[in-house]
Order: sequence, then structure tokens, then C-alpha cells
Amino acid sequence: MSGLNVQLGGQTVLHQVDFSIDPGEIVTIVGPNGSGKSTLLRAIIGAVEPSAGAVTCKPGLRIGYVPQKLHIDPTLPMTVRRFLDLPQRVRDEAARDALDEAGAGALTGRQMSGLSGGQFQRVLLARALLSKPELLILDEATQGLDQPGSAAFYQKIAEVRDHLGCAVLMVSHELHVVMAASDRVVCLNGHVCCQGEPEHVASAPEYRALFGTGTGGALALYRHEHHHSHDHDHGHEAAE
Amino acid sequence: MTLLDDFLVRATLAGLGLVLAAAPLGCFVVWRRMAYFGDATAHAAILGVALALAFDTSVFGGVLVVSLLMAFTVSSLSNRGYAMDTLLGVLAHSALAFGLVAVSFLHGVRVDLMAYLFGDILAVGVPDLAVIWGGAVLVLGLLWWRWSALLTATLNPDLAFAAGIDPRREQLVLTLALALVVAVAIKVVGVLLIAAMLIVPAATARPFATTPERMALAAIVIGALSVIGGLQASLEWDTPTGPSIVCLAAILFTLSSVAQALFGRSRP
Repeated sequence: MSGLNVQLGGQTVLHQVDFSIDPGEIVTIVGPNGSGKSTLLRAIIGAVEPSAGAVTCKPGLRIGYVPQKLHIDPTLPMTVRRFLDLPQRVRDEAARDALDEAGAGALTGRQMSGLSGGQFQRVLLARALLSKPELLILDEATQGLDQPGSAAFYQKIAEVRDHLGCAVLMVSHELHVVMAASDRVVCLNGHVCCQGEPEHVASAPEYRALFGTGTGGALALYRHEHHHSHDHDHGHEAAE
Repeated sequence: MTLLDDFLVRATLAGLGLVLAAAPLGCFVVWRRMAYFGDATAHAAILGVALALAFDTSVFGGVLVVSLLMAFTVSSLSNRGYAMDTLLGVLAHSALAFGLVAVSFLHGVRVDLMAYLFGDILAVGVPDLAVIWGGAVLVLGLLWWRWSALLTATLNPDLAFAAGIDPRREQLVLTLALALVVAVAIKVVGVLLIAAMLIVPAATARPFATTPERMALAAIVIGALSVIGGLQASLEWDTPTGPSIVCLAAILFTLSSVAQALFGRSRP
């Protein structure tokens, strides 16, 4: 995408965002709340119209999308197997393979509304894999998972990438887990502040300005809170 | 056509035609929490009746046009993030009130208002049957054609976008189907009870269904039972027919809820 601007409700959420992703690459977008991470993803899948600039994809690009959270109304009966058939019916074999790949093999006959958070995310991943995506997009896919749960989930993503060779674009607030698994990190706050390899970004002044100075070891474990703006860089020190 | 000479046969066929369209559509109304939306569209229909009589056109056409207008208005306002329940409460009941006032302006024509408020299924003629079944088949075809896309958009709009489906278009499809069902149902159960025919069979079917398709099928069966049983009951005890059908549907809903509470697994 080049020179992308997106306005929502009269406010410019994304400003002059230039950004690209190569086949087979794992890119993570980090940024404080309201920095436009989800909007960026939604612009890529076509759910929001850019007010300027353009998103350019390879023609016929197959996208697998794992949404931030999916609320299934309890009045809607939906087995895992049936869910995988949306929007296109798939063969039983393909469904089984996708569930196995996502580590959700035993869940076929279960009701979606009865799944735990981790199981639910794995089923969403399985569904995204069914289209044999060339680009896998995950929006805060580990929300509601505990630490080991999300670590295992990202482990899975890396395996999937190795297996399918697809590019992965994800948004996360769990910097420590995500950055370890990424090839490239993009730090976003309405615009691209900085980007590069995880180690590079973690030490970049722009990143420090956003996430505080106490987070030098971005690959170490720490609790992160989103209270920052560009203006005050000493909002908090990370709890050690 | 001797079979159709019997008013009871015509009434039964009219009811079944309505159920065939209303039950599957009602499932979407339930899943998407659009019950009030159905109400608003239905209540606007009485205004359509008044306009149709004033301009001497077909009631079906008048109802269809006004219901469509109402449904599109609500649908586009909902996309702009108004407080929906308040807005719909205002629109639904003011449409009904304006409709009732408009009907009172019609001099010369003696309008049997009750027939439009509660339906007059026993007076269904062969041309009505043609309209009802035509509309029902159209709605059913629309739902069949868009089924997968509608379900995906119902689950999550972004999921639909990523799959190349525009959820706004799917919402339009539902809006159109809803207006059609209202126009079809006005003769059968009347504007005040249309929402019941949408929602009650679907809600009754929920505990027995494991997939969306089974829920839609079960809703059709439950709706059909309500129509047939309600007609018989109405003949037996000389009760108003439309409300009798809805009463039976409500009784079935209660039984299904009790059965679920007693035997079913607990659902969230």
C-alpha cells in the first residue's frame, strides 16, 4: 500500500502509510490503542475505503482472515464443521486437514458457542487456512488467551507459515511473544513510526517514545500498558 | 380447481405459503437480533394499505412499497450508528399511528381495519393465494441463492469482507425479503402479528438444531404445525384465526423451552 489515508468519523486514523509485505514473510504491527492497527488490516481486506492512496495486491490474492473476536449469537446453532463450510463448502478431508493443521482436530462436531477461547481461535485459524491463503491476516488473534496459550498459538502460526509458505500479517499487543516470531516489526501510530527486524525496532527511539524506555528488552517478558503518546515518553516504566 | 373452492383449504395453503418464507427469514431475524426491525417494517404496512386504498391500487403493491421504504430507511440509519432501539421504537409506532390516521381520512370506502391489523386468512381468495405463494417462492429463492453469503455476513462483517462478500449487500437482500414477507403476511396474520410469525417458530426451533439449516427446516415444520393447528382451533372454538395461529406457535415455544430446560444440555 502506498500513501494510504483512512478517515473514520471525520478523523484521520491512518496518515500516509506506506507499507508492503513479501511472500513468506511474517510481519507484526505494533502500536498503542487507537493507532490504527485494526483499521490498517480492515483496509487490506476491503472493509474500509481509503480516503487517499491505494492498497495494491497481487491479482487473485487469496487472503485468510482471523478476526479480533467473533461473537456468535447463542441463537445461532453452528457446529465447527459447518462453520468451516462458510462461505464455501469444503470436502470433509480438507476440513480435517485444516483442523489438524491448526491443532483443533478433535473439535469437528462441537458447537462453536461451547468452545473455549483457545479452541475458538484455532478453529478460526483452521477456517482461514482452508482457502490455502497466500496472505494470512490475524487481528489480535490471541486476545483472551493466557501467556502459554498465546505462545503456543504463535508457535502454530510459524509452523503454518513454514508449511504453506504464506505471508503472515498480524497485529498484537503482546510484543514479547509476537516479536520473537516475526521477521519484521512495523511500529504504527497513525503513521509508520519505524520498522525493521524485531531487535532493530525494539531499540529505535521512535519505538521507545511510544512504548517507554523501560522496555529495552522487548523480547523479555513484561506487562505492557497502552497509556502512551508521543508527547510523554515517561508515562510509565515497565514493571520488571 | 374444486379443491380451492373450500375456504379452509385456501386458508391452509395461504398460511403454509407464509410459513415457508417467514420461518427461514425469521431465523436470520433472530440471529441478527432484528426483531424490532421486523416490527417497524410491518407496522409501516398499515400506511401502505391506506395509500393503496387512497390511490386505488393493489394493497399488496402499496404495502410492498411502503415496507421497502421503511426497511431501507431503518437499514441505512442503522449503518450510521444511531441508537437503534429508540429509533426503531419511534419509527415503528409512529408509522402505525400515521397509517391509522391516514386510513380514517378515506371517505367513502369502508375499511375493515381489523382485517389489516389481525389478518383475515379465512377470506383469502385464489388471486391472494397466487400473490402469497409468488412472494413466498421469491423470498425462499432469494435466501437459497444468498444463503452462504448471508450466514457469513451474519457471523461477522469483516469475515465476509475478507471472503469477498459485501455485508451491506447481504443486508439489502434481507431487507428486501423482509418487505416481501410483510406484504405477503398482511392478509394472513395482519400487521400486528407478522413479527410473531417471523420470530416464534425460529425461537422454538433453536433447542433442536445443531446447524443453521436444521434450525430453518425445524422452524418451517413448527410454523406449519401452528398454521394447521391454529386454523382447526379457530374453527372449533370460533376464535379469531390469525391470533389463534400465533397462540399455538407461542404454546409450542413454551413447550420447547420447557423441554430444553428439562432434558437438554444447558446452553449459554
